[in-house]
Amino acid sequence: MSEDQKKNLTEENSQRREILKALATIPVLGLFFANLLEKYRREAIKKSNILKDLVKEKNVPNVIKKISNSDHLNIGIIGYGGRGGHLVRGAGFATKGWIDYATDAQKENKLHKALATFMSQEDLNCSLIGACDLFDINLELAVDASKNEIRPGGKPKGIAKKYKDYRELLADDDIDAVIIATPDHWHSKITTDAAKAGKHVYCEKGLTRTFDEAIDVYDTVKEAGITFQLGHQNRQVEANEQARKIIEQGLLGPVNLVELTTNRNSSWGAWVWNIHEKANSKTIDWDMFQKPAPNKIPFGEEALKRFFRWRCWYDYGTGLSGDLLSHDFDTINQIMNIGIPKYASSTGGIYFYKDGRDVPDVWNATFEYPDKDLTILYSATLSSNSPRGNRIMGHDATMMMGGQSGGGSIHGFIVTADNESTKYRNRIKSGIINTKYPMYSYSPGSKQIDGVTSATSQYFASKGLLYTYRDGKRVDPTHLHIKDWLDAIRSGGVTSCNIEVALHEAVACHMATESYLRGRRIEWDPINRKLI
Amino acid sequence: MMGLNKKPPYNTTLNNSQLYGIVALRVLIGWHLLYEGISKILNPYWSSAAFLLDSKWILSGIAKTIASSPGILAFVDYLNMYGLTAIGISLILGLFSRYASIIGMGLILTYYLFSPPLIGLEYSRPAEGSYIIVNKNLIEACALFLLYQFPTSHIIGLDKFFTNKTPFWD
Repeated sequence: MSEDQKKNLTEENSQRREILKALATIPVLGLFFANLLEKYRREAIKKSNILKDLVKEKNVPNVIKKISNSDHLNIGIIGYGGRGGHLVRGAGFATKGWIDYATDAQKENKLHKALATFMSQEDLNCSLIGACDLFDINLELAVDASKNEIRPGGKPKGIAKKYKDYRELLADDDIDAVIIATPDHWHSKITTDAAKAGKHVYCEKGLTRTFDEAIDVYDTVKEAGITFQLGHQNRQVEANEQARKIIEQGLLGPVNLVELTTNRNSSWGAWVWNIHEKANSKTIDWDMFQKPAPNKIPFGEEALKRFFRWRCWYDYGTGLSGDLLSHDFDTINQIMNIGIPKYASSTGGIYFYKDGRDVPDVWNATFEYPDKDLTILYSATLSSNSPRGNRIMGHDATMMMGGQSGGGSIHGFIVTADNESTKYRNRIKSGIINTKYPMYSYSPGSKQIDGVTSATSQYFASKGLLYTYRDGKRVDPTHLHIKDWLDAIRSGGVTSCNIEVALHEAVACHMATESYLRGRRIEWDPINRKLI
Repeated sequence: MMGLNKKPPYNTTLNNSQLYGIVALRVLIGWHLLYEGISKILNPYWSSAAFLLDSKWILSGIAKTIASSPGILAFVDYLNMYGLTAIGISLILGLFSRYASIIGMGLILTYYLFSPPLIGLEYSRPAEGSYIIVNKNLIEACALFLLYQFPTSHIIGLDKFFTNKTPFWD
């Protein structure tokens, strides 16, 4: 080999080496993607194994039902307080004051979406033509809401006429349907009068103040054949529908215990609400207010407290039972179809808010369903925010809703397998299911951002009562619930919280209330429809 | 950025151990950033919103503005997903690695500035380690600066094919 040849060969070798050097890190990329594929392959196997048992994810009924809005409906509002205002907004009418507040809030915090959510509501093709309230200021606000043009659908077709007496409103033939958002002690009287007058009714929860009233409302509504909706907007929450499917398929195994909790720690959460500065004997019809209440007091400072904080007294409501247990009970009834319990017992006391109220601020109730092998446990405190959430505890898995189900899963839930599960034993053994982590989590709208900040809104949001999602878009369940009612009126269909399930809620809650008041266990006699 | 890759400090003399050490650092950081990018692309629920909303210190205002505008947020999300992926691939292959190093440094420094572990700042997202002022973002950004200062892709990497020639972008 000549020197030149040798030199060429060396050069060639060195060139080859240089090229190899240039390409040296390419295999790293190959290694990376090989590992990536392996990782995703394993996760896909895990996921398919778990999901095989779980709800078909594509089955979510995300689309809002389309029902013809062709029939224009005239509605009346009876009781335009805080909740009444929200319900009327759900129907598409907001006061100027509320629009201003929501506009400012959005300017200040771009994440505050109340205005955007309201404006994107569907126009329900109805008018608010009657309003009744015993407090003049609220009555004016209702009229203001009825004529405000800033709303989905633009200029309203009618303006609300003012009524001081609900019976006059019910006598108005132009009104097709009424929303009742008075304190609980008026629910049964107004609902039965409205049903007898042939008006369709949306009544706020709890259904009634007493057990007897609930039976009366049930019978009257059935007899009148009107379209009735009880104000449990949780019926519209997508997560509850998903939870129902999972439990229906037996994925939690036998469920023997359900734990429901209320955890609030603010004076607002304990119903110590502001007394309006313009409230006095001239602006409030106190005698009318307390007409159905068993105990009456003369107008004065105490009366004003009771007018605005009525949830604190058994004369007007049932405290935690009708206000908060009723929501959670109805949610579980929606998910598990449990109906009325056989037995209920409850205990509690006034331990924190010693402000003259007579309803407990710490209250625990149990409901027994011997034929379903099930206990429902409800535990409430108004002096701690510690989020306990709601848990449906099965032998094979537990579903956690709200509270502890954690970040990003407001109005969602997680399902975690039990490490002693029979159903999942093999999968737990083989590592396909890890009991430390949820095997299923449902958090709609997790890519959306919510400006829900105050502790009380967090409470409601964790229960899914503020917002839900349809097609990934944020919707107020109250709006959907009103729509559900109006759709049923038009189509002659059944509402999602109809009088049958309303009776379940009412009887269960009254059994627990009666147990607290009588100091003993209460039994339901379904044949004679009596509490024993 | 002016003059980048035109007259880089190619004359830096590195012995083999130094060279392979720096190449290893480059490839490892590339691997990390590539997976950060790809895992975001593959996760349909990923969004930078939660990170931005938890932002503290001087950039928290900007972070909240980004998070509150769906359009800008979507853009920032795409920038992160595909930016990290591209930088990762670039560092591993040694292709345009000097650009990747300096852009990557900027990106990671931004993450640091959006939520620096300074004393007195509380984050709702738990950190995966224990940090005071210095965290892994800051270290990785610093390492990327070193990769920018000590380029290796013209020796080990596809940039070799562009060396000693006028780069095509000139």
